[in-house]
Amino acid sequence: MNDSQSVISASNLDLTFQTNDGPVHALKDVNLEIHKGDFVSFIGPSGCGKTTFLRVMADLEQPTGGTVTINGVSPEEARKSRAYGYVFQAAGLYPWRTIGGNIRLPLEIMGIPRAEQAERVRRVLELVELSGFEKKFPWQLSGGMQQRASIARALSFDADILLMDEPFGALDEIVRDHLNEQLLKLWARTEKTIAFVTHSIPEAVYLSTKIVVMSPRPGRIADVIESPLPRERPLEIRETPEFLEVAHRVREGLRAGHGDD
Amino acid sequence: MRNIIPVLTVVGLLIVVWYGAAVALNAQWARDVAARADKTLTFSELVADTWSQDKPKLPAPHQVGAELWETTVMKKVTSKRSLVYHTWVTFSATFLGFVMGTALGTLLAVGIVFNRTMDMSVMPWVIASQTIPILAIAPMIIVVLNAVGLSGLLPKAIISMYLSFFPMVVGMVKGLRSPDQMQLDQMRTWHASGWQTFWKLRLPSSMPYFFTSLKVGVAASLVGAIVGEMPTGAVAGLGARLLAGSYYGQTVQIWSALIMAAALAAVMVGLIGLIQRVTLKRMGMA
Repeated sequence: MNDSQSVISASNLDLTFQTNDGPVHALKDVNLEIHKGDFVSFIGPSGCGKTTFLRVMADLEQPTGGTVTINGVSPEEARKSRAYGYVFQAAGLYPWRTIGGNIRLPLEIMGIPRAEQAERVRRVLELVELSGFEKKFPWQLSGGMQQRASIARALSFDADILLMDEPFGALDEIVRDHLNEQLLKLWARTEKTIAFVTHSIPEAVYLSTKIVVMSPRPGRIADVIESPLPRERPLEIRETPEFLEVAHRVREGLRAGHGDD
Repeated sequence: MRNIIPVLTVVGLLIVVWYGAAVALNAQWARDVAARADKTLTFSELVADTWSQDKPKLPAPHQVGAELWETTVMKKVTSKRSLVYHTWVTFSATFLGFVMGTALGTLLAVGIVFNRTMDMSVMPWVIASQTIPILAIAPMIIVVLNAVGLSGLLPKAIISMYLSFFPMVVGMVKGLRSPDQMQLDQMRTWHASGWQTFWKLRLPSSMPYFFTSLKVGVAASLVGAIVGEMPTGAVAGLGARLLAGSYYGQTVQIWSALIMAAALAAVMVGLIGLIQRVTLKRMGMA
């Protein structure tokens, strides 16, 4: 693991939305370095700009000031070279395509040869433990399985970076625990760099090597916590004093950021 | 087949109302005839008469039924007096106009969704086109096309297209815009081209809207074809039967043509509904 290699870098990032009620500062003076192989969580209340920050990295929003680079190039170039996979809050699978067909969709768009498509679909389905579901339709799968399929889809074109916007936000606690465990395993196997937006403190602490605590109005970084937890994490780690210590610090950061409201 | 009983109940009710209305509307004529012959009618005589007049104001259902039987089953389909022949004439114009209207409507919708200029410029004209009474513009179309040497099926099909492209445009614009922002963002993260987004996302997403528009469009097509048959001199088709019937006060003939038109519309809409069910089920959208 080469910690010095910066994959995502933001400096003095500003983003102001012009709305009918006047300007909204979604992001203000945001500076962050994400290194190769990091698992970075963004946590904070609604309106703190965590999703906006992720969307800026993905070239889905344009910053009004400052710069972001992905693998040393602009988000637009990174998007065009398919440097990242993006997982949305909803699985967003097409009902008229099978699970295999849904995973094949970005591959078709990218013009990857048919034989290789089939091979990649098989491989990513195995990664998310959905082998054998290739020919099923989305409605035949549970919500958690659908979200796993959408992660498989984001992995299918071998981008080094995975951007995840509250991917498990709509799922229940039990499914969520299971998927968190699976996601860590997947991260260990694929050595991706992951940026993960979440509302949940335990989820952020359990998954991340680095936790970015954000606060609203204007959206800014309140605290960056380097997790002391080992990379190998069984679910029981959540009962340990180290884990609770980190969770406490996250909670403190959130409270401080909230200020007087 | 679960909905057959409610449908039959309504049909039964309509027939009862129809028989009652026939008595009410035709009674005056029956009494007048009787008065001239210096007779008074008992109630049962009156009812029997109102249900069996030659040119009633409102023919009774069994009279229309007999006329339908007479002109469909008992006549050769090639005969000019066969309602099957006239229905076929109307259907062929309807079908051609429907296909043309569907193609035109879909093309316009694609243009409107992909081109801002078209969105701003074409849509108002599409709406304006439907505010012109079809009865006024149909003879003009027939005359103009006749002057350039086009007659027969095509002018009628064009009038039919004129009515059926509209629901198609409106439905398909909505359908092609139905993918949500997340789905469009997703396409953007994959650096998909506009064409790929159209082909793989927008078009499949629009299918439920497409079929709904088809159903509305085919009914409008039929109206267009019938209207188109009226100014051509009542040569052939259901529209011609309606017009000829009204010239000679043949109310039974008018009603049987109306029933035939309704049946034709029901069959066409039903057929599209069937294709819709099968397609959407296979697409996982039903």
